Amino acid sequence: MAVIPQYLRELQVEIQGYADGYGLQYFPQIFELIDYRQMCEIASYGGFPVRYPHWRFGMEYDHMIKSHTYGLSKIYELVINTDPCYAYLLEGNSQVDQKLVMAHVYGHNDFFRNNQYFSRTDRRMIDLMANNAARVRRYMDRHGVNTVESFIDTCLSLDNLIDPWLSFRDTPNQAPASSNLPEALDNDRVRLQNERTYLEDYINPPAFVESQRQRQRDKRESDKRKNPAQPERDVLGFLMQHSPLESWEADVLGILREEAYYFLPQMQTKIMNEGWASYWHSRIMTEKALRDDEVIDYADVVSGVFAAAPGQLNPYKLGVELYRDIERRWNEGKFGSEWDRCDNLAQRAGWDKKLGLGKAKIFEVRKLYNDVTFIDEFFTMDFCREQKYFNFAENRRSGRLEIETREFEQIKQRLLGSLTNFGQPFIYVVDSNYMNRGELLLGHRHEGSDLKLDYARDTLRHVERVWRRPASLLTQIDDKPKRIRFDGSEIGISDETEAFRV
Amino acid sequence: MISRIDKDHSRFREIVRGKIRQNLRKYISRGDMMSRKGQDTVTIPMPQIEIPRFTLGGNKKEGVGQGQGEPGDPVGGEPQPGQGAGQAGQGEGDKNLEVEVTLDELAAILGEELGLPRIEPRGTQSLDTKKDRYVSMRRTGPESLRSFKATFKRALRRQVASGTFAKDAPIIVPIRDDRRYRSWRTDPRPQSNAVIIYMMDVSGSMGDEQKEIVRIESFWIDTWLRSQYKGLESRYIIHDASARVVERDVFFRTRESGGTMISSAYRVCADLIEKEFPSQNWNIYAFHFSDGDNWSVDDTATCINLLRDTLLPTCNQFGYGQVESPYGSGQFIKDLRAAFPSQPKLVTSEVTGKDDIMDSIREFLKGGR
Repeated sequence: MAVIPQYLRELQVEIQGYADGYGLQYFPQIFELIDYRQMCEIASYGGFPVRYPHWRFGMEYDHMIKSHTYGLSKIYELVINTDPCYAYLLEGNSQVDQKLVMAHVYGHNDFFRNNQYFSRTDRRMIDLMANNAARVRRYMDRHGVNTVESFIDTCLSLDNLIDPWLSFRDTPNQAPASSNLPEALDNDRVRLQNERTYLEDYINPPAFVESQRQRQRDKRESDKRKNPAQPERDVLGFLMQHSPLESWEADVLGILREEAYYFLPQMQTKIMNEGWASYWHSRIMTEKALRDDEVIDYADVVSGVFAAAPGQLNPYKLGVELYRDIERRWNEGKFGSEWDRCDNLAQRAGWDKKLGLGKAKIFEVRKLYNDVTFIDEFFTMDFCREQKYFNFAENRRSGRLEIETREFEQIKQRLLGSLTNFGQPFIYVVDSNYMNRGELLLGHRHEGSDLKLDYARDTLRHVERVWRRPASLLTQIDDKPKRIRFDGSEIGISDETEAFRV
Repeated sequence: MISRIDKDHSRFREIVRGKIRQNLRKYISRGDMMSRKGQDTVTIPMPQIEIPRFTLGGNKKEGVGQGQGEPGDPVGGEPQPGQGAGQAGQGEGDKNLEVEVTLDELAAILGEELGLPRIEPRGTQSLDTKKDRYVSMRRTGPESLRSFKATFKRALRRQVASGTFAKDAPIIVPIRDDRRYRSWRTDPRPQSNAVIIYMMDVSGSMGDEQKEIVRIESFWIDTWLRSQYKGLESRYIIHDASARVVERDVFFRTRESGGTMISSAYRVCADLIEKEFPSQNWNIYAFHFSDGDNWSVDDTATCINLLRDTLLPTCNQFGYGQVESPYGSGQFIKDLRAAFPSQPKLVTSEVTGKDDIMDSIREFLKGGR
């Protein structure tokens, strides 16, 4: 990887000047020019040139290089969240493409630097990953490639079981404060609700209150012995601390966990991040950088980027349109209670308070929001209609995908549902000494969507591999509470009386 | 230096190979591999290589999209079963992993798994053809091979070097030393020297399922032998009461009805070998598939004679595969075994169903001749 040629360096200076002009705050930006093989290689390593050896990177590479060779896809650019920020340009792209990519990259760079969800990520991740890779290689030399690799498989299978809020959590997960309260305060909680005082003795007879109290005491006693005291989201962290792992295994698990946490904000802010970068490449290009003879080529590329493929949501398109919508609304003052209360269509259409707050607002949004809060707050009914969003589902009879509804509430619900917890199920460690037999009990907080059962079974095997004792998962299948258990030799599914809740 | 990704890539290939080996029996008996055959590669669907995770989704296909249309309209025009599981915000649908394996690799896997010995060909040397290719220049040669261009260049260079070249009147006069003649090199070219002759009974008693078995089995035999010989030839013969040589497509598709005279096929096969594939130069493999229901005892006797006198002496191996069918008596294989109790060149194998194909292939190919 060489330094970029003179003409690209000049281009970078130009684009950077525009970025400064718009007030983007970015890490020092370093571009490197690489050919498509290197691009595919680095892309399959998730943007980092040095990762630990693992076959799945080879699989990604196989996939990418093929789809590149057959012209099915093309990776224009690759940018990673580090300080300084590295981005890779594809050799052989036209000048207008490189210009576009650079403008886009400055948008990403600004987002990485300023969005609060990235604030706890390690900006020297390149070094860290290289060190991790060196350690994994050493373990492979010592314990054998297959042993280590299959353990990595195991860890990877669990690497989505992490707590998105962990880095913002100061203290380790403690027992809830209420258990430390004196018993007197609990008095009301054991009594049934009763507004007619003269019925008190009938509704809450002393024996009943006493038995309730006893139950509570028992529960508190048993809670004391329970580990974790409260359901724990950071399953990987829990396993790392409490599983009977060999030291190299614990280290590998730690490495995988660290990298999973590093990549987490990118999954939480996909729409925002791509939207932000697209917003800026579009402004920089159309307002400043684009020359007359490049307009057609630019439009061609951009139409591809923003195209809505059937049956897929385009995060670039959704993101960029939302930012534009926010900017417009805050410029015209279309927010606040006055706007919300107004139901006169003509008035709404002509609404313009000339506040000019748009730019400040979108900069604030890119700092404070993630995809869920972004959609929750700014995906309005007007926006949804203007952009022609719909829900689709498979028609079971014809087997094709059909538009299901254009009801705003339903669309928004589905969007949010798919983004919540970066699209992954909520899994908790419930008990590490289940049935007093040292078994691990996980719980799936059911939010309306079942787990993929075959995957869940196989994943449970991996949990058992780490825990080295039987592992179970509480979940719901077709609205019935179930427990899936793997005891080391076979999978069993049994009924449960109650669904798992937190 | 081998780059990191190459190592990971070859690890991935290794794992794929391992998976194919593990599931070879399934792949073989399913037979959907041949339909995915390209020029020299086969595409194999491989769902189980993915890393499992706790993920949402059950089997519902749904999502959020954008664009024109009323509720009930199809998304994206065409009906597309099994496509577009676009989870909002995830962008990534189901990636049904398909891996490409070259036929050579597949043959190697088959060989390893079945423990097949490599085949020692006969008569390789004698069939190398030589071909002359004009690739270089030399200073002497017949005038007919003189290269004008090269000669001119030499002359021009000489004149420029010696200062006799005049820009205004660029006349080039070659002398004896400038002359260049085209020259050739002789490349030995190995020519194909193996042939597989497939014979199939297409009489009324051979149903679709039986043909499918023959098809799968011949695909694998073909794959293996092709990895052993360069440019393998194949010929196809079908027979009921009479036999003829046909194209590959016809071989697998035809369904005739009528009686069965196996000797007719053997006779055509013997003719074919005599005319096209002299046995001192060719490695000949003949495979005959039938349900074992021959017309008459006399015909069976004729077959045995043909085998003993003509076919077995000329072929490297003669394989007889008997596919079980509800109509056939299955007598023929017994007759063959009785007639040639200890003839190593004759390999017989009974296939009762698709699951037996692998054992049958091993039976046929384990001799390594």
